[in-house]
Amino acid sequence: MAGNVKSSARTSRDANAKSQRGTEESPFIKWLLVSIAMIFTIVFLLLPLVNVFAQAFSKGWSGYLTALSDPDTMSAIKLTLLVAAISVPLNVVFGLAAAWCIAKFNFRGKPLLITLIDLPFSVSPVVAGLMFVVMFGLQGYFGPWLDSRDIKIIFAVPGIVLATVFITFPFVARELIPVMQATGSDQEEAALSLGASGWKTFWYVTLPSVKWGLLYGVILCNARAMGEFGAVSIVSGHITGQTDTMPLRVEKLYQEYNATAAFAVASLLALLALFTLGIKTFLEWKQERDFERAQHALPEPDPIAPSSNP
Amino acid sequence: MSIELRNVSKKFGGVTAVNNVNFSVKEGELVALLGPSGGGKTTVLRMISGLEMPSEGDIFIRGERVNDISVQKRNIGFVFQSYALFKNMTVFKNIAFGLKIKKWAKNDIHDRVHELLHLLGLEGLDKRYPHQLSGGQRQRVAIARALASKPSVLLLDEPFGAVDAKIRQELRDWLVTLHNDLNVTTLFVTHDQEEAMEVSNRIVIFSRGNLEQIGSPREVYEEPNNEFVARFVGVLNVLELTVQGGLARFGELEFPALDRPDGSKMRIGFRPFAVQISSDTSAYRCRAVLRHTFFLGVMLRLELELPSGLVIRSRMTKEEYSALVLKDGQEVSFIIKRYRILRGEGEPLSPEIHSGDTAFSTHGAGI
Repeated sequence: MAGNVKSSARTSRDANAKSQRGTEESPFIKWLLVSIAMIFTIVFLLLPLVNVFAQAFSKGWSGYLTALSDPDTMSAIKLTLLVAAISVPLNVVFGLAAAWCIAKFNFRGKPLLITLIDLPFSVSPVVAGLMFVVMFGLQGYFGPWLDSRDIKIIFAVPGIVLATVFITFPFVARELIPVMQATGSDQEEAALSLGASGWKTFWYVTLPSVKWGLLYGVILCNARAMGEFGAVSIVSGHITGQTDTMPLRVEKLYQEYNATAAFAVASLLALLALFTLGIKTFLEWKQERDFERAQHALPEPDPIAPSSNP
Repeated sequence: MSIELRNVSKKFGGVTAVNNVNFSVKEGELVALLGPSGGGKTTVLRMISGLEMPSEGDIFIRGERVNDISVQKRNIGFVFQSYALFKNMTVFKNIAFGLKIKKWAKNDIHDRVHELLHLLGLEGLDKRYPHQLSGGQRQRVAIARALASKPSVLLLDEPFGAVDAKIRQELRDWLVTLHNDLNVTTLFVTHDQEEAMEVSNRIVIFSRGNLEQIGSPREVYEEPNNEFVARFVGVLNVLELTVQGGLARFGELEFPALDRPDGSKMRIGFRPFAVQISSDTSAYRCRAVLRHTFFLGVMLRLELELPSGLVIRSRMTKEEYSALVLKDGQEVSFIIKRYRILRGEGEPLSPEIHSGDTAFSTHGAGI
């Protein structure tokens, strides 16, 4: 994009801004739009991010490390990692299954399934959290039954995992559906015709052909699983040292006026975000390149006809 | 018999894609399944491979009924129109895939892959990925992969569809050579009649799910079963005539139609070769203007505009053409030497009727 803007700006300057094409804006407008976008990005995105780190390190390295090594904070970090470690693999399996059946089969209710996959995106996380409370809370549908067997879901780790799985469900499936639709099922059929079983076909052919899309989905899914606040906040019960995840811990520390500690934990989440963005950009570039390569055959070499006589 | 289909039908939902098809292919034959798109030819190919199951009927490969045998166990080689190469694998791994699945020993796989690379002219490309190959090379890798585990039949879906015209011709010649070398029973699907005529020993013609005719290229061209085949294989000029007094007329053109009532319609068809042209406007009874001459190498195609405005096609060799001394825009006379009476798309044709020169020349007609 930047390259385009630059080069067209140069051409219009060459033409003394007189013989512009109808669709081209004047250099002033162009400059104005670019500036607005840049200023907005810096003020609303870059500055807060820098501020997070500035605040986190306001008491130096030692203050930062002390804030993080607080036992309750450590427990929040561990819980977050545990929740992500459970919900991400689950969603990889669900996402693969959903994307597979949507991309490869035609069946009744397919549009409904696609809509349902998007449901977590369209529902407010708070509402999602409440749904689980209504289902599994003490006053909920399954509450008494669960309570009589001493199974705790709400205000415990299982509830947090459930809420996180729900919220992060669309990421893997959403990334895989277009990739799988674009590849079609020719390669799988080829593998079958060569004698491969369904499982081997999936392992050797399907999975490698969607690996970048899958990884992309996993990264996004993971980022959201670790960063989810609303739904988790409802079902966790905020028990310090037990059911606080990192985002909940940040809020609690902030409300206790412990800004440095709050920003220290926040800085970890910010680092995760930066890491995710980096990986995402790399994977997008990778996917695009693979796609372009697949589209274009090289020109035929000369001579074309192979010698088929040994 | 290498392949046999008995009363095979395939329905997709309520749509009949293949309707009660019977044919068989001998060991080592090279057979084309020809027809317009939607004719059912690809479905037939996929049913033979096992990628599609017939709704009715039986399929036999080398005498064994394979209806209940899965695609994995049929030991067929299938080449997809899109080639469907595994894009995450090198050429070597693509070709070795089926052998690895069948648990060949590593050394045997290595030897077999290199044998195929040599056979298909792909030496030195074994470490490349599909995206590093040209269209023609991709196709040859796809064929090598299909041939690797020595299938009993090789099935190709539109093998020349995805390559440009220039190399299509070379690939045709090459497929014939390959088939001669390997002698594996080969079926390929095409919608290009010229391709089918040039490459195959026999042609199976489909239209709207029905098998219209099976025969050698010469048979289907010279003895078409019905109007569909006649029109699909080669060029057919069609005239609609009105019967009057035992003669079917189209302008100056007249054909005997003794048993037909006055005012009824009759349609006739004739090949471009049946049109004989003379630059002498009085040599034959019918006149036309030579609109265009197309030079097609050894053959020429001529388009004649009849006084009614209808354009008919003629073909002649370069020698005939140079003997005639013709110019575009010039008035010529012509006769139709052989023709058939058409009775509608799926109906059988009349036998070929030879019109004696006398009946249609100015001398014989006695004007």
